[in-house]
Amino acid sequence: MAEPTAPGPAALRRGPLDHLTGALRAATVTGPRAVALAELPCRTMTALRAAPDGPAAARLAEVLGAPLPTRCGDTARGEHGTALWLGPDEWLLVAEDGAPAPLDALSAALGGDPGQVVDVSAQRTVLELHGPSARGVLEKGCAPDLHPRAFPPGRAVSTAAGQVPLVLWHPAADTYRLLPRASFADHLAHWLMDAMGEYGLPEVD
Amino acid sequence: MLQLTCPWCGPRDETEFHHGGQAHVARPADPAALDDREWAAYLFFRDNPAGPFAERWVHSLGCRRWFHAVRDTVTYAVLATYRPDEPRPGVAAAARPEGESR
Ligand SMILES: [Zn+2]
Repeated sequence: MAEPTAPGPAALRRGPLDHLTGALRAATVTGPRAVALAELPCRTMTALRAAPDGPAAARLAEVLGAPLPTRCGDTARGEHGTALWLGPDEWLLVAEDGAPAPLDALSAALGGDPGQVVDVSAQRTVLELHGPSARGVLEKGCAPDLHPRAFPPGRAVSTAAGQVPLVLWHPAADTYRLLPRASFADHLAHWLMDAMGEYGLPEVD
Repeated sequence: MLQLTCPWCGPRDETEFHHGGQAHVARPADPAALDDREWAAYLFFRDNPAGPFAERWVHSLGCRRWFHAVRDTVTYAVLATYRPDEPRPGVAAAARPEGESR
């Protein structure tokens, strides 16, 4: 979060799940079947579109410091965040903080070629589900195969969980990031907290 | 749950897709030259086969791309999916349950 003394409207920004901060913390499950949920609010996100095999994509990659992924599920970590594959000519660049994206440099890289560079930071929020039970929680309502052989760390897919359309990103072992649109975040957070509940109880044989 | 194989994303549940009607319906080259009957036939009249049928589908919750699928309307088996810029593949109808004569 921004420092309270930071000037400008950025200091007033709150994530769409700000009102659930306490509830998310209280839903934490500890022990061998641990799982925890938290919002990573106000991450800078940029929608990128360009022909994947054209010169514009190559110039965008130069700004990002990493080639744009070309296959479903692939991601690429660069200097300004991670580019997630959304479609054959579409990516979502997700930063690790709220610092402004290099929009001018990216727009210049796109040049006059067909495509787009748009700040979409307010479109989605990030929910981070972490712990050895994280995959079990997701598998209650997320259809793609999440077994590590099919969905190892470093992958991301556009799909649905708890009937909420979202981007599901698996940045590291036992960690999943869910990126729903802001207006779906409250429902998804409650769905996840409900799904997490059983892991705090003794396992039934 | 029915699964469709998106040409870009692979197999996903049917709930991630939306159906878009018959595929390969060519838009008339010169719509203004058509009379009302011909224009109505283009807009509203579609085939209704019992058997393999080429359809448009969109992967709404995934890559948001349109693609084509050949689906057997009797068995609901999806026989093939392919990109819109690819020709319709030749596929035979799926085996029908015994006693089915259509
Ligand atoms: Zn797809």
